[in-house]
Amino acid sequence: MIRDDIYEYSLDAHHDEDTGKKMRAKIWKVTLLLTIITAVEVICGAVIKQSSDWWTVTKWFFIALTLVKAGFIVLSFMHLGDERKGLKYVILVPYFIFILYLIFIALWEGLAVGASWPATYAG
Amino acid sequence: MSPFSTSYGKLMMWFFLVSDALTFGGLLVAYGFTRHATDQAWPIGEETFNSMPFLGHGYPLLYVALMTFILIVSSVTMVLAVEAGHRMDKKGVIKWMIATIIGGFFFVGSQAWEWSHFIHGSEFGKIELADGSQAIVKGHFGEFENFTIVEAGHHHKKGQTIKAGEDMTAQEMMHEYQHAAVAGHIHGDTITLHDGSRATFAKEANEHMELIIKKDGGDYKVGDKIEDHKKAAEMYDKVIGSGEKNRVIYGANLQQNEYGPQQYAQFFFFITGFHGFHVFSGVIINILILMMVVRGTMHSRGHYEMVEKTGLYWHFVDLVWVFVFTFFYLV
Repeated sequence: MIRDDIYEYSLDAHHDEDTGKKMRAKIWKVTLLLTIITAVEVICGAVIKQSSDWWTVTKWFFIALTLVKAGFIVLSFMHLGDERKGLKYVILVPYFIFILYLIFIALWEGLAVGASWPATYAG
Repeated sequence: MSPFSTSYGKLMMWFFLVSDALTFGGLLVAYGFTRHATDQAWPIGEETFNSMPFLGHGYPLLYVALMTFILIVSSVTMVLAVEAGHRMDKKGVIKWMIATIIGGFFFVGSQAWEWSHFIHGSEFGKIELADGSQAIVKGHFGEFENFTIVEAGHHHKKGQTIKAGEDMTAQEMMHEYQHAAVAGHIHGDTITLHDGSRATFAKEANEHMELIIKKDGGDYKVGDKIEDHKKAAEMYDKVIGSGEKNRVIYGANLQQNEYGPQQYAQFFFFITGFHGFHVFSGVIINILILMMVVRGTMHSRGHYEMVEKTGLYWHFVDLVWVFVFTFFYLV
């Protein structure tokens, strides 16, 4: 059976032992970073109470750290950072446009619903 | 020529992942909608999830941190399998894929434990106070000593003493106690057991009791705390021993929820369940690909791209968990 879909590009992905060594070093570095970020998140979550004055800052700090983690997973583990620019943007741009719009519209609507029908929603 | 310089299979995997990411994005946004719309006290991660297997309570967020770490590590072993594949190192691919599969099973198992814990709830449950407010309870639950039957039922005879650890395990006594508490079958220190017999029970006093108000009532408002241990213990015993139905809720299901608004439990089950389903199917796909690797299918093809494609799916599962972790457990 002729597989014209795999021959052309899949074989390009090979690399030699030296490149492999460098890649593995990078993988372990990213692992260490993700572990440290998770540990920091858990310690902050256990120590800083939601009633504290620092809570709003902590919350945004958590969300920022989450995005950093997600960035490392997508760009490094999923190798999207090494793909062609065209592929990278075809994946990321539409997703970000749509999801940011959805977040904005749904959370804004949520606040309005909560203000209009207090106590009837989520009892 | 292709502008993306990538194979058909890999491109389609990416397109699938984008659509799956939109599904999860939609679910998490719906959760955010509910959270913004509600005026009820939302459950706090470190209060809701503070147990460890074998160790009991008092470990806020530690178990879920461990789960997160396991999933991250299994993502790392997957990326190492992909790297080994690029060097045509069959042994390396097999080694790292097995490690990934083990990590996946550990995660699914952990999630099962977490669900079971969430469904069964705490030892104290959430109580409804006399003024209509609702409170969750912190403290140390006193051990059961015995039940002494004062009125015979189908099974137990009058005058019989059921000792903890001998005639009934502590767990069974707890089960009897919680069941009776929900049904309004505890009056002071007498309890009606499953078989219809009535007994007086002896148990150690609950210690370090503290009530945290989670729903407004006549006297108490959300966020109020009753920190006087003695007063909190008295209030708790009064509710449990009131003999009234449904004054206490243990755990969460689709009808009621100890931890907070009902929607919280529904989203928790749906989103972590949907994610767990992804992890489970990821493990199955990994096993299938591993079998192909072992049989040498990839090697004779001249490349290990299938490993890379399942790897993409596996990393995606990890990626989703990063967000679930933040929005369910942290913020």
